[in-house]
Amino acid sequence: MDLDLMINSFPKLLSAAVITLKLLSVSLIIGLFIGLFFSILRLNKNLFINRFAYGYSYIFRGTPLLVQIFIIYFGLGQIEYLRSTVLWVILKEPYWCAIIAFALNTGAYTSEILRSAFQTIKPGIIEAGKSLGISNKVIFYKIQIPIAIRQSLPAYGNEIILMMKGTSLASTVTIMDLTGVAKYIISTTFKPIEVFIVAGGIYLFMTFIIHNVIKFLEKKYSFN
Amino acid sequence: MELLAFGDTGWGDELFYATLMTIAVSITAMFIGFLFALIFTPLKLSKNKFLNFIANSYTTIIRGVPELLVIYLFFFGGTGAVMYVASIFGYNEYIEINAFITGAFAIGIISGAYSTEVFRGAIQSIDKGQFEAANVLGLNKFGKFFRIILPQTLRLAIPNLSNVWQITLKDTSLISVTGLVEIMRQSYIAAGSTRDPLFFYSFAAVLYLLLTFASMKLINRLEVKYSRGY
Repeated sequence: MDLDLMINSFPKLLSAAVITLKLLSVSLIIGLFIGLFFSILRLNKNLFINRFAYGYSYIFRGTPLLVQIFIIYFGLGQIEYLRSTVLWVILKEPYWCAIIAFALNTGAYTSEILRSAFQTIKPGIIEAGKSLGISNKVIFYKIQIPIAIRQSLPAYGNEIILMMKGTSLASTVTIMDLTGVAKYIISTTFKPIEVFIVAGGIYLFMTFIIHNVIKFLEKKYSFN
Repeated sequence: MELLAFGDTGWGDELFYATLMTIAVSITAMFIGFLFALIFTPLKLSKNKFLNFIANSYTTIIRGVPELLVIYLFFFGGTGAVMYVASIFGYNEYIEINAFITGAFAIGIISGAYSTEVFRGAIQSIDKGQFEAANVLGLNKFGKFFRIILPQTLRLAIPNLSNVWQITLKDTSLISVTGLVEIMRQSYIAAGSTRDPLFFYSFAAVLYLLLTFASMKLINRLEVKYSRGY
C-alpha cells in the first residue's frame, strides 16, 4: 500500500469529481425533459407517435452508452453539412458531445420510468378530478404529474446512480472526469489498487448521498 | 455495402468474428457472475452478521463504482496480482493474462453483484410455507433445495436475470479499452482505417440491437417454460 500516493492523488481526484458531478447534473436535467416529453408521446393513442417514442427508447436502451458517445463524438463530425452549421460549435466539444449522449440515454430510461408511473395512476383519481369539473390540462399538470413523480422516485433514484456510473465513459472522449484522472494516475504510477480505493471511495460517497436524498424525498412525498 | 464485404476488401468477416467474441465474453462473464452469485447469495441470506457484511460490501461497492473503473483495476492490476500469487508458490517469471480472461472476469464480477441481488430477492419472495412443506415431507437438504426452492427461484428470477444479461452484454463494450477485439474494438479499428466512424459505429449499434433483440426472444421462451403451471 502506497499511502503517500493515496493522499497525494486525493485532491486531484476530488477536483475531477466536480467535473463528474457537472456532467451528471446537466445531463440529468436535459434528460428529465426528454424523458417527460417521450413518456407523454408513449401515452398518445396515435400509433405512429407511440411507435416513434417506443423506437427511441428501444434503441437507446438496447445499445451500449459507449457506442452512443462514439457515434455522436466521432460519427457526427464526419457529416460535412453539420460542420457548416451553428451546431458544430457544440458538436466539436467533447464535453457537449458527452452530455448529449448522456441526456439522450438517460432520457430513454426516464421515459420508461415515467410511462409506467403514469400508467399505474388509479383511474379513480383522474375521474375524481373530472367530476370536480377540473379541466384536462389542470388534471394533467396538477394531479397526474405530481403523482407520477412520486411513483417514479425509487426507480429514478436508481437511474441517477446508473447515470453517475455512466458519466465515467466521458473519459473515453478525452474528458478528465473522475475516471479519466484515475486512469491517468494508474497508467503513470502503475498502482491500480491504491487509486481504485480512492476513486472508488469518492464514487461510493456520491452514491451514498444520492441514495439518501432520494430516500428522504420518498419519505417527504409519501402518501401516508 | 462494400465496407461490409467478407474477405480482404471489407470488414464483414472481421465484424462477424467480433460479434462472436462479444457473445463469448458475455456468456463467460454471465457464467462467472453466476458463480459469484452462488457464493454471495447464501452469505446475504445468512443470519451471521459478519457474512452479511461481506456480501453487502461486495454488492454495494460493485454497484456503486463505475464499470470502467473496475475494468481499469483488473486491466492494470490483474497481471500484478496473479504474479504476486504465483511468487508465493515460487514462480517469478512474467505472466501475461490475456484480455479475454481479464475482461470476462471484470464484467463477471460486476454481473455477479446484480445476479446476487436478483437471487436474493427471488429466494426471499418464496412463500415460507414451501420450506415448511418440504420439511414436513421429510425431504433432505439437497432435495429441498433442488426440487422445491431452485425451480421456484428460477421462475421468479428469470425476468430480472434477463435484465442482468442485457446489462452484461452492453458492459462488454467497455472491455474494448483493454484491446480485446470485440464489436466495439473492431468498429474502432475499422473506423480508424477507413475514416468512416459514423457508418461503423452505427453498424456496431445495429449489431448490439440485434443481440439484445435475439436474446430477449430466447429469454421469453425460457420464461414461458419455467412458468408452467402458473
